[in-house]
Amino acid sequence: MSENKTSLWQRYLSANPVTMSFLAIFLGFVVGAAVIIFSSSDVLHAWTQIFNSPGAILHAIKVTLDNVGAAYRAMFTGSVFDPTILWHALTTGQDWTAALTPISETLTYAAPLVIISIGVAISFETGLFNIGANGQAILGGIAGTAFGSMIHLPMFIHLPLTLACGVAAGAFYGFIPGVLKALTGAHEVIVTLMLNYVVAFFLLYSLLSTPLQLPGQVNDLSRVILPSAQLPNFFATATTLRVSWGILIAIGVVAFGWWFLNRSTLGFDFRITGANPNAARASGINPKKIIMYVFLISGGLAGLAGVVQVDGTTHSLDGGFLIGSAGIGFTAITVSLLGRNKPINVFWGAILFSALGVGGRIMQAETGIPLDLATIIQSAVVLFVATPVMVQEIFRLREGTLHTVELNTKGWSS
Amino acid sequence: MLFMRLELKGITKRFGSFTANDAIDLVVEPGEIHCLLGENGAGKSTLMNVLFGLYSADAGEILINGESVHFATSGDAVRKGIGMVHQHFMLVPVFTVAENVVLGFEPTKSFNRVDYAAASDKIRKFSEEFGLEVDPDAIIEELPVGIQQRVEILKALSQEAELLILDEPTAVLTPQEIESLIKIMKDLAASGKSILFISHKLKEVKAVADKITVIRLGKVVGTGLPTDSEEELASKMVGRSVNLQVEKSPHNPGTPMLEVKNLVVRDERGVAVVNNISFSVCQGEILAVAGVQGNGQSELVEAIAGMRPVESGTITINGTRVDNASPRECLDAGLAHIPEDRQRDGLVLKLSVADNLVLNTPRAPQFAGRGTRKLSKVRENAEKLVQDFDIRTESVDAPVGSLSGGNQQKVIVARELSRNVDVLIAAQPTRGLDVGSIEYVHKQFIRERDSNKAVLLVSSELDEVFSLADRIAVMFQGGITGVVSPDSTREAIGLLMAGITEHTNV
Repeated sequence: MSENKTSLWQRYLSANPVTMSFLAIFLGFVVGAAVIIFSSSDVLHAWTQIFNSPGAILHAIKVTLDNVGAAYRAMFTGSVFDPTILWHALTTGQDWTAALTPISETLTYAAPLVIISIGVAISFETGLFNIGANGQAILGGIAGTAFGSMIHLPMFIHLPLTLACGVAAGAFYGFIPGVLKALTGAHEVIVTLMLNYVVAFFLLYSLLSTPLQLPGQVNDLSRVILPSAQLPNFFATATTLRVSWGILIAIGVVAFGWWFLNRSTLGFDFRITGANPNAARASGINPKKIIMYVFLISGGLAGLAGVVQVDGTTHSLDGGFLIGSAGIGFTAITVSLLGRNKPINVFWGAILFSALGVGGRIMQAETGIPLDLATIIQSAVVLFVATPVMVQEIFRLREGTLHTVELNTKGWSS
Repeated sequence: MLFMRLELKGITKRFGSFTANDAIDLVVEPGEIHCLLGENGAGKSTLMNVLFGLYSADAGEILINGESVHFATSGDAVRKGIGMVHQHFMLVPVFTVAENVVLGFEPTKSFNRVDYAAASDKIRKFSEEFGLEVDPDAIIEELPVGIQQRVEILKALSQEAELLILDEPTAVLTPQEIESLIKIMKDLAASGKSILFISHKLKEVKAVADKITVIRLGKVVGTGLPTDSEEELASKMVGRSVNLQVEKSPHNPGTPMLEVKNLVVRDERGVAVVNNISFSVCQGEILAVAGVQGNGQSELVEAIAGMRPVESGTITINGTRVDNASPRECLDAGLAHIPEDRQRDGLVLKLSVADNLVLNTPRAPQFAGRGTRKLSKVRENAEKLVQDFDIRTESVDAPVGSLSGGNQQKVIVARELSRNVDVLIAAQPTRGLDVGSIEYVHKQFIRERDSNKAVLLVSSELDEVFSLADRIAVMFQGGITGVVSPDSTREAIGLLMAGITEHTNV
């Protein structure tokens, strides 16, 4: 009896993927705390005073905890919920909008990130490195905006076609590196990376010229997507709750990704190709076809992410579309890594990263700690996910069944 | 130091929770040829690496002439008079014999220049002393494998080795070369050198050993004498009784199923490694392609399986032309293929046993419909094959990489035979397998033949070729030097393997 208990407990404490991911996230926050401490003059000052008076050390510890606590509290209340406001809403039935705004914002940011990350994860699982998801998403956004803003159709057909335009544009833009790699062996990393620049400039060009530029505008702004093509908001009446049906599409994409990788025959071909290209060929799989399919699907999902972003949230494009801090397509790479290419894990990874981004802005506003801290935490999490042996050593975990990150991509040289 | 008595006492080596060597005791007397017999994975190589200073033991000690020694590096072992001939030679292909032998211990003239003349003289001296004929000025890559091995032995002797470790030295040799190696070993032993010979091949062990130590699962399970029967040694090695003789019905060939005509295949360098080969394999027969590795057999198989372009000539499977067809087309034409490198071409190690059992038939109607896989059917299929083919795995969901080499091979054999097609080609199907698994795979091949399939077996193991084949085609440098019956002598086939055709009727 007691033996069974021990073994179950030990399994939780062994280096299994779930435990390792949570520990990596925890360590990411520890690194973030260290950065807060070393970049806050209040905290550093308090620590220089510890020899001046008895009790100063306690004060220094208190200042440290206050600072770190305030930052993380702001992050949490900004991205999930604020307990006091939620309590107020629960007890009085009022101010639900304010209570739900943080989670609404997180889901708003998460929707396109989930979709694009699933696409990237599918390419990783096949051993191909799609660095161009950002560009594919931008082209998807442009195509969707053009169709949604300039064509007049009834909603039941306009909205699906707008989304389809985004998918098609992303798939087309993914197909270029796919076909080049399949037929000429051109390295997909180089081609996709370069195509990101091409589309970034195409975005500026189309925003500054007819027909896509908002008429009467001199700035880089597009026409606005017509209501008949817009993804409806969940809460049409509450304007600060921006979360749209995009998050449902994202959940649908997660379901698709799960089915595709775990159940579909084509996904099985993808996984075989990713894990052992030689065996794939010997088993009758045509690697050239697979490469093209991967980029079509990965690009199509990136395009969908782009159109969901513009169609669900901003409703028009500007020159900074999806470029953001690092570009959503690049965040997707780290999210896929965090989720080890498993669609359901990728979903939670995307939610976490969106929460960090959304909460980071609130933290910056409330405590003055720069938003960059969110990026530092994200980076540290990925670093710890990528170095399972280090995490295992830090927590003295027993060897688990799976203690390595299974990333199929072979990197630059293959 | 002259003459060495080596004693290993309680050598234990663990890797994590796995014990590769468990309290191994072993004594090698001066002038003795001591065979270490064991299956793959029994811990032979680990033990030798401990002895040669490449691993350090967790417990136990090494005694040389009664004195306890400790080797931190292989250099220490060499200085104490231990020489090792690795399975894969450690020679620089573009250097001469003399340069290779003195590498690391070069005789020098003034200003640290290498004294090549002295090096050559040294080789000649050793060659004469031990009867190992080698031209010191020959370039290594131009020498046959057997001579390269001699160079390795010379190198060890020139470093004043009193004990030679030979790690599976016969794997790459022709029968004639094996004979001359055995003679060299006996001569060396007669001159007082001790030899530790590692092998899992019973015939050679019996031919050469003075004493035999059998290890299984990291433990010494018994000792033997060369007079013991092969069955006795094999059962000690495997841990159960083994039937080494394959029983089969008389040869009764039907219509040709696999036909190869005037086939020419080039390798990556553009060399015609398969040069104008023609043969056919009929229903109900096993045609074995024998030959020393690297004479075009691998490329021949790859061309038939659609994995290598054909320059000219035709390949026909059951009436369908498949030269330059894709692997898919070859599979669909009725080919089952057991590839030479199972981990590279045959399996996806991180996928489950069940997935690997349908690796080339994921879209068969019983395993998928409308683009969705029927995983319960895939599992059912796996449960059945695991049962039928005695695949040892904790579950059909375990990654195939967690299985032993023999069981990995059984997964491939099970998959290919369960596809129930007309032609089976198998390249080195029992390489690296233990006696028990070999016995099993052989029985399956005979069963296929008896159920009227055409089987093309490519093997560099003569024992395997003799016990399975109905006809034997011998390949040498891309051509077939002869097709003979399995009643031919080893000598006759050995000559064909060396490219000598004058004494045989093709």
